[in-house]
Amino acid sequence: MKILVCISVVPDTTSKISFKDNDTKFVSDGVQFIINPYDEMALSKSLEITESLGGTITVINVGLADTEANIRKALAIGANDAVRINAEPKDAMFVATQISNVVKNENYDLIFTGRESIDHNGGLVCGLLAEMLNIPSVNVVSKIEIEGSKIKATRDIDGGREELECTMPCVISAQKDLSEARIPNMRGIMAARTKPLKVVDAVSENDFSEFVNFELPPAKTGVKLIDAENAGELIDLLRNEKKLI
Amino acid sequence: MTQEELLKFKENQKITDQFKQPDFYGIDELLNEEHKLIRDSIRDWVKKEISPIIDICCQEAIFPDFIKKGLGEIGCYGPQLPVEYGCGGLDYISYGLAMQELERGDSGIRSTASVQGSLVMYPIYKFGSEEQKQKYLPRLATGEIMGCFGLTEPNHGSDPGSMITRIEDKGDFYLLNGAKMWISNAPFADIAVVWAKDDNNIVRGMIIERGMEGFTTPETHKKWSLRASATGELVFDNVKVPKENIFPNVKGLKGPLTCLNSARYGISWGVVGAAMDCYDTALRYSKERKQFGKSISSFQLQQKKLAEMLTDITKAQLICWRLGTLMNEGKATPSQISLAKRNNVEMALNIARTSRQMLGAMGITGDYPIMRHMMNLESVVTYEGTHDIHLLILGHEITGDNAFS
Ligand SMILES: Cc1cc2nc3c(=O)[nH]c(=O)nc-3n(C[C@H](O)[C@H](O)[C@H](O)COP(=O)(O)OP(=O)(O)OC[C@H]3O[C@@H](n4cnc5c(N)ncnc54)[C@H](O)[C@@H]3O)c2cc1C
Repeated sequence: MKILVCISVVPDTTSKISFKDNDTKFVSDGVQFIINPYDEMALSKSLEITESLGGTITVINVGLADTEANIRKALAIGANDAVRINAEPKDAMFVATQISNVVKNENYDLIFTGRESIDHNGGLVCGLLAEMLNIPSVNVVSKIEIEGSKIKATRDIDGGREELECTMPCVISAQKDLSEARIPNMRGIMAARTKPLKVVDAVSENDFSEFVNFELPPAKTGVKLIDAENAGELIDLLRNEKKLI
Repeated sequence: MTQEELLKFKENQKITDQFKQPDFYGIDELLNEEHKLIRDSIRDWVKKEISPIIDICCQEAIFPDFIKKGLGEIGCYGPQLPVEYGCGGLDYISYGLAMQELERGDSGIRSTASVQGSLVMYPIYKFGSEEQKQKYLPRLATGEIMGCFGLTEPNHGSDPGSMITRIEDKGDFYLLNGAKMWISNAPFADIAVVWAKDDNNIVRGMIIERGMEGFTTPETHKKWSLRASATGELVFDNVKVPKENIFPNVKGLKGPLTCLNSARYGISWGVVGAAMDCYDTALRYSKERKQFGKSISSFQLQQKKLAEMLTDITKAQLICWRLGTLMNEGKATPSQISLAKRNNVEMALNIARTSRQMLGAMGITGDYPIMRHMMNLESVVTYEGTHDIHLLILGHEITGDNAFS
């Protein structure tokens, strides 16, 4: 089994988010970056698969040199080798194009992405990449079993779950119950020192999108407490102030 | 509470530990990426495995059995010893950071790892025969077997040179008699590294295995400190010790003292973890707690406490980093280690007391870690050389005059 896990590097969920240059750029100073949590679950699922069926795991990332600490972490968790495509990951189209260009002749049986990255929350790389590689994709997968040359996947859909089969090779995007993220141990960290991390150049690509500006969501306002006796006041507020009913 | 009940309890717990460490002087920039990955990984492990159960373990005075293997899997037993014996092969800063993170969780958990790594594996590695190393180190590194270190006796603590535990040469074997007290990990240890005097009154080190006839390890109860760590006695009643169990490569008190250096180094980092946890808890609490219509963190008196605690933690962090660098270069002296252990433990105790007061009544409960750290640190300031003894070591170093006796 030859598995590829696409990892993106994103700000830690507890980071303070702010912007500069007229709200067109994210301020990354003092922000801690982590492996996108869904990608980490994809990686630990891949390890479960190779631990029972054998095989190798490559991680791939589109990013500048500062993502290498997190790529090493993926190697410490257990991936066999890594590729970094040396470019700023502009948007999903760019990322999918770069990855497909590098892996198109590598014959991976399974390619994982996360269901979305928790910074831009696009959720598009899975589908785009599969299309470019001309193989099927299943997104938002919370359970997967390998049966011969097929996979059986369970995916979350509106109000329920769907089970389907798909032939390999295919691209899967990981949803949160797929697996529990693993914590690297010191032996793994030591082993990661000597695992190969190949850096390749990006291919040129048209810009399909451009960030015009970023805006923070409105600040949370305080909680209004209503006495348990006064259900009427609650209905009044929901109807007239919040206009929800 | 039984071990099974503890595991059930753990299954139902969520990760709620919000710890964030202070780094006022950008000491992270003195660390490499690997150091930071080690620290963050052990921090994540502590948040997941230790924080949810540590209060109940201390309240009930039970050692969580499952962490024996857990600490081995994450790599906390002898991370600084070589890979060929199944250890980590990492540097002393990595080892220090690991101890810092474990003690941030609890000094008792750190003690379990310190004893195994620095007081059991280290002497076997440093003084043991090749057969002893092959036989024990790989299994100690994974936590498959656990060890303890017996130096202190009921009547000989700060003055271990006066110990009365003895081995007698009987030709084919040695006969061991005596008792050790206050021994961490003793109740469950599979092996004990024991120090005893031979027929020539010279201190020798040896490996005693559980199951040897005449060897028992009664547990010490009623501790108010390190309640999640198991402490006990080692009692030797005519124990036949095979000659190949003696360490061939060390004679005299410098054997146990060398091991203590390695453990004391780890403690210097460890207590910074405990101090940071107290500070972080008090900082978060003081921002949320309102009195007289304002957050208590907005009052000058509380700010003084926070500012002084941060100052002391920052100084201790710098001591650790510099000492770690000296250890990596093989240049650290025992008295430099004494300075760090003594300074940092006192710093942590003071911070525990100050931060506890900042939480008012809440500070005395197990809902917050501070009182637990404070009680734990009373052991830490006593073991591995008391606060006074480290002062005497420094005094001796400065003046050349020995004021011990
Ligand atoms: C929880 C716990 C775990 C422990 N684990 C271990 C272990 O795993 N292995 C092990 O071998 N030991 C262990 N110890 C023992 C520990 O190392 C000793 O308690 C310590 O060395 C002090 O010895 P003591 O308790 O006999 O105190 P004492 O030596 O009797 O000291 C009592 C007081 O007198 C002071 N004092 C002593 N001599 C002088 C002097 N010359 N000048 C001035 N003041 C002096 C001391 O500073 C102290 O304040 C542990 C202790 C505790 C509490």
